[in-house]
Amino acid sequence: MVKNSLIFIVLIGFAVLLADLFVGFNGNTDLNTLANHYAVSGPEEVGSANLVTAVVVTYRGLDTLGEVTILFLAAAIVSFLLKVEAGASLNRKLRSTSEILDTASRILVPVIFLFGIYVFINGHLSPGGGFQGGAIIASGLVLMLLAQPAKEVGHKLITLVESISGISFVLIGVAGVLFAAGFLDNKLLSLGKFGTIFSAGVIPIIYIFVGLKVGAELSGIITNLHENQNEA
Amino acid sequence: MENLNLEIITLITGVILVLIGIWGLLTQKNLIKIVIGFTLFDTGIHIIMVSIGYVKNRTAPIIDQSVNINDVGNSVVDPVPQALVLTAIVIGLGVTALMLTYVLKMYQKRKSLEINNYNDLKW
Amino acid sequence: MINLIIAIVIGVLILIMAIIAVHHKNIVVGIIAAGVVSLFASILYLLLAAPDVAMTEAAIGSGLSTIIFFYVLNKIKRQNG
Repeated sequence: MVKNSLIFIVLIGFAVLLADLFVGFNGNTDLNTLANHYAVSGPEEVGSANLVTAVVVTYRGLDTLGEVTILFLAAAIVSFLLKVEAGASLNRKLRSTSEILDTASRILVPVIFLFGIYVFINGHLSPGGGFQGGAIIASGLVLMLLAQPAKEVGHKLITLVESISGISFVLIGVAGVLFAAGFLDNKLLSLGKFGTIFSAGVIPIIYIFVGLKVGAELSGIITNLHENQNEA
Repeated sequence: MENLNLEIITLITGVILVLIGIWGLLTQKNLIKIVIGFTLFDTGIHIIMVSIGYVKNRTAPIIDQSVNINDVGNSVVDPVPQALVLTAIVIGLGVTALMLTYVLKMYQKRKSLEINNYNDLKW
Repeated sequence: MINLIIAIVIGVLILIMAIIAVHHKNIVVGIIAAGVVSLFASILYLLLAAPDVAMTEAAIGSGLSTIIFFYVLNKIKRQNG
């Protein structure tokens, strides 16, 4: 009884804290100064049609680097905890997948991978970007593993892609310090014509690396959990 | 009724979702249920953040044919909360996977999902 | 106006699904309901002019997150018996 009332008090406390948000909140009618600066001078300074991409990759690039690092740590701890001994053989009976799922996955998986790559290459022009593209690639991997549970996904490949794209991300940032205005500055390459695929300086290149890194990390988590299923 | 608009509705939805998440975290005894409560809490916070960045009658912060390039400041919504939420969702997945892995390890150790059976630090 | 009605309906559905996710006895139902919450939340993001966030939430919240829950639940059930 005491416990229930304590929980109730905690909930009321949170409600009071959050009520501050919407009591008197009547919706914005204008952008604040910071957002206005990003919106007005973003297209000129960064050259990216998608302003969210401009904020994620250039204005707040350091945060993005930190966040892919957190994701890397999470993936690394998951794979450390779920380690399967090398050579541990498949000792459960797998139900064979149906013909339809098998055939459809063979056709769909390359298309899904291609769509993921499209999403992160066009991150500066249309909705999407490295994080979404990486998630789509990992979803394609899930479909592949559901259709062919016995398939082995190369851990070496995942590790290689992950580390190469991570190192390249940091190196591009350092090159920005040496040859342009600062860490992760996107004027390393010319800004190009606004609204075309070769524009916005290094944003497409950085987003390709972010996409590969996020895709590899999420795929790593999925493969580790999947292989753990097969172990006794 | 006149000041009932989109962002207020989504804001209230987000706040109630956060409260449901906290309620789940505090009352449930099953470890997986606790993780579910955490993901609801996460989603609620994201909805609140995106609602606060919304500006009435404006379009997405992507400059295409529907946005006049000379008047961007008066035609798009705030891109900063969207950028923050975008990365926060991905981090949320990583953290959820981590928590579920710990749940799995705890189950392998103790063969139980009940939180009341884990009282080693209780005194 | 139509956006407002859609937002109210989706908001109510989200809250119902969230209560089911927390309160239902069957964990499988809870996991699916949590995935549905994410899916509806992505529609809300679309109404709030945030297509980037909507894409991420649809791919991650209702796709990958649900599958990770099921992998873990399946492993736990197998060890049980």
